[in-house]
Amino acid sequence: MLDAILSGLNGLIAGFASLHWSNLVMMVIGCFLLYLGIKKDFEPLLLVPIGFGCIIVNVPLSGVMEEEGFLRTIYNAGIITELFPLLIFIGIGAMTDFTPVLENPYTFLLGAAGQCGIFLTLLLALALGFKYNEAVTIGIIGACDGPTVIYVASQYAQNLLGPCTVAAYSYMSLVPVLQPPIMRILTTKKERETIMKSGKRTVSKTTKLLFPIVITIVGGLIAPKGLPLLATIMLGNLMRESGAVERLTKASQNEIANIVTLLLGISVGATMDGKVFVQPTTIIILTLGLIAICLDTVCGVLFGKVLYYITGGKINPLIGAAGISAFPMSARVVQKEGQKYNKKSYLLMHAMGANAGGQVGSVMAAAVMLSVLKGMGVI
Amino acid sequence: MMDRWTFGLTMLVVGMGGTMITLILLSLIMSILKKIFPYNPEEEKKD
Repeated sequence: MLDAILSGLNGLIAGFASLHWSNLVMMVIGCFLLYLGIKKDFEPLLLVPIGFGCIIVNVPLSGVMEEEGFLRTIYNAGIITELFPLLIFIGIGAMTDFTPVLENPYTFLLGAAGQCGIFLTLLLALALGFKYNEAVTIGIIGACDGPTVIYVASQYAQNLLGPCTVAAYSYMSLVPVLQPPIMRILTTKKERETIMKSGKRTVSKTTKLLFPIVITIVGGLIAPKGLPLLATIMLGNLMRESGAVERLTKASQNEIANIVTLLLGISVGATMDGKVFVQPTTIIILTLGLIAICLDTVCGVLFGKVLYYITGGKINPLIGAAGISAFPMSARVVQKEGQKYNKKSYLLMHAMGANAGGQVGSVMAAAVMLSVLKGMGVI
Repeated sequence: MMDRWTFGLTMLVVGMGGTMITLILLSLIMSILKKIFPYNPEEEKKD
């Protein structure tokens, strides 16, 4: 009888006995992510489920990430199959208005310059000894685009999914802190004060409808390996612009995006098991991710300066910083920074163009990268 | 198997170059589409 009671009690303390110090560290990190999401309003839709998933998976003996555990089931269904990031992309496409980039197609180029960080960080990761597929995944953090990072990591470096995703979403939310100092260092006061003319509306409905179709076909032909990324974001946008499938558009913007965000967040959090996550590699990845996003901003602003000189001072180089995928946060940062130096300067619509260009650019960069890897026989 | 630097530089040149060229191409196509289908306020109102 006593033995049975002791065995029963043993079952109640087994969790404590199996607790590893790294699990405790991760629970603290999980709470920190919750704090950032709830109190600081940093990407709460993702950081709250990621933080909670991180806490859950670090409770020992729960079996949530073992075969048939509930988090493993969600993970296998949506991350391994790449479904979650692709469904999120339909929602992003349905939410994004690409009119600003269509008004000024040159802003596509700023969206391309803003992807330099991806490739430069890939070089850094290779120099630090990461394998090819891991270096590519780390570089993709520079896309500043969570779903793209998850898509690439789930295919080519599942061991890095947790740190890369956390880096991508954390730094995206830190764009208002990271970008302004770089913008100030790289530009002169005169350049920052540049006023850009706001043009009249010039985009017809037909052009807006053709945009997602053209991007999908041309982009898909150039970079077929990235077609799922391109096609899903463009499908969402086509539904939005056509106005013919309002129910589907609204469902993509709301119900589908919300449910998938929840499942995606919690299953990403579930990859943050202390014994796997707490290691020097994670710190290196987080640092490289930070470098990637800073390099994106540097290259974007420098390209903006090139356009400033080519156009004889008609383009404010600050809008180059918006050529990343953090939409529309980055455009708002540019507007705020421009107004600081010239109250008459309204950069928002131009920056939105660069930002929408960055959205397409990040997906295109990932698609091109995957196709180049395929061409080189690496994947 | 190529060495790390060949791989890295190829990715940098072909990857970044490919992204840039693709986006230049897309920006040209969109500019042409804007010329073919110009904005017409009256037509937009009808829709």
